[in-house]
Amino acid sequence: MNPSSATTRGVQRLAYNEPTRLDALAAWLLALLWILPLVYAFWTAFHPAEYATRFALNAPLTLDNFRRAWEAAPFARYFLNTTLLVAMILAVQLVLATLAAYAFARYRFRGRNLLFGLVLVQLMIMPDIVVVENYKSMVRLGLVDTLLAIGLPYFSSALAIFLLRQTFMGIPKELDEAARVEGASALQTLWRVYVPLARPVYTAFALVSVSYHWNNFLWPLIVTNSPHARPLTVGLQVFSSVDQGVDWSVITAATVMTSAPLLVAFLLFQRQFVQSFMRAGIK
Amino acid sequence: MATPLAPGGSVSHRAVHAWLLLLPAMVLLAAFTHWPIVSTLFDSFHSTPRGGKPAVWVGLENYQVMAADPVFWQAVRNNLWFAGATIPLSVGLALVMALWVNERIAGRAFLRMAYFTPTVLPMIAVANIWLFFYTPQYGLLEQITGALGLPSHNWLGSPSTALGAVTVVAIWKEAGFFMIFYLAALQGFSPSLREAAAIEGASRWYFFRRVQWPLLMPTTLFVLVNAFINAFRTVDHLFILTRGGPNNASTLLLYHLYEVGFSFWDTAYASAITVVLVVVLVCVALTQFFLLDRRVHYK
Repeated sequence: MNPSSATTRGVQRLAYNEPTRLDALAAWLLALLWILPLVYAFWTAFHPAEYATRFALNAPLTLDNFRRAWEAAPFARYFLNTTLLVAMILAVQLVLATLAAYAFARYRFRGRNLLFGLVLVQLMIMPDIVVVENYKSMVRLGLVDTLLAIGLPYFSSALAIFLLRQTFMGIPKELDEAARVEGASALQTLWRVYVPLARPVYTAFALVSVSYHWNNFLWPLIVTNSPHARPLTVGLQVFSSVDQGVDWSVITAATVMTSAPLLVAFLLFQRQFVQSFMRAGIK
Repeated sequence: MATPLAPGGSVSHRAVHAWLLLLPAMVLLAAFTHWPIVSTLFDSFHSTPRGGKPAVWVGLENYQVMAADPVFWQAVRNNLWFAGATIPLSVGLALVMALWVNERIAGRAFLRMAYFTPTVLPMIAVANIWLFFYTPQYGLLEQITGALGLPSHNWLGSPSTALGAVTVVAIWKEAGFFMIFYLAALQGFSPSLREAAAIEGASRWYFFRRVQWPLLMPTTLFVLVNAFINAFRTVDHLFILTRGGPNNASTLLLYHLYEVGFSFWDTAYASAITVVLVVVLVCVALTQFFLLDRRVHYK
């Protein structure tokens, strides 16, 4: 067999099952349809109101819609609230889940399986469902309309505990023993051996948690009632539903503004995002 | 009993250690997940405390109110319809997207990005964008149908299309998310499967139907369970698009729960609705646990 025929066979093999032109066409049509609403939003946000529905190549670009949105509602405050909220939730989640996952992965004690089962309950009945009772709890604790109230139900994350437990269980016990022989305590071992080795899982969970809480709406809507503690999503909803003749271009600018940080982060770190969502989803 | 790696310390000593590590996480879980589930059930058998009147035992009264509430049944019907449409369509689209993006198709990176982007946007922002899309007279959809000479239609304002319109938004948001699970599975397949199929001269459809689809079964079931859960908790867009209207034509269970609990402040009845939602979610979890997990794994 000469080399050239081997190459042809290789090419054939690669070509097998290649998508046809029809596939490519359909895939592109669907993709364009998929980003059309977004493109439309960007168009409206960056053009004067009279071009909101008129598409002309010579339409002047403007940032005026963003300026007006920024002035019409306390978006600076909303941005601050969301940033603080997301950072607070993530920090607490990571600390609590690391400790709990370590206990589940490396200690044997009575009731371990039962407790782990109780943790998993949160994977199906999320805090988003039991809002009535959680609201009552926040009233009792005097926390209504605070960032703490928005974060509290999510501080203990079953997903984080689950993911970290799996990872910790996969770390060779010899590493643990070596650290102990050197005289490290349990917490030191956890910090110096387990946490560094689980870094990809921490990244994955962090991206998922940040996206989730940046976008979360129902619970923050219920538990806040002033700009003081309102996150961006609730602020945006309040802003768009007020009938004060705010025009569409301004609302769209606010919408783009609200989604921009995550959108930019996603476009910059696409692979990371996709892998993180996958890792957290597949479990 | 202690693990072999236990460096000294008695059994009970280590157990105390473990409990201390678990304590903060478990206390918060108990307070904001387990306790609410139990007290929801408790509250659903009591009246709503109003003014100075404390809650009293009312037995099944809240459930009788529910059974007689036409809006509740409308929400159930709508939610079943919503689930029946979003689950197969978003999962089906996700599969097609993944099959395309898995191949060496022109502009693969762009396609993948386009499909996945809606996933990272807040649902509230998504709803704002689509609201403008659906708006009568000057929305984009009207412009397209107008150009085709079709009559004007208020998509969100008429009872016959409102639910369909909010369903489309949910599918748009979700399909790209499910795509990545299919894509991960497809990329994990051995290339020799494809080579073997090529040698056998299998058609593309045959290869999909007899090789890819059966091997994707665990992924499909995983995605289905997630789609099912999402169908009962995706309501954010209703707050912007329709507020459940017109005339409750597009209300969903969780949205109805919100209205009863936080607009009418009938927390006892809201608890009864919560119980229904919890039961639905528990059933999904049990189905997954007892039926699916055993059957779908080939290895």
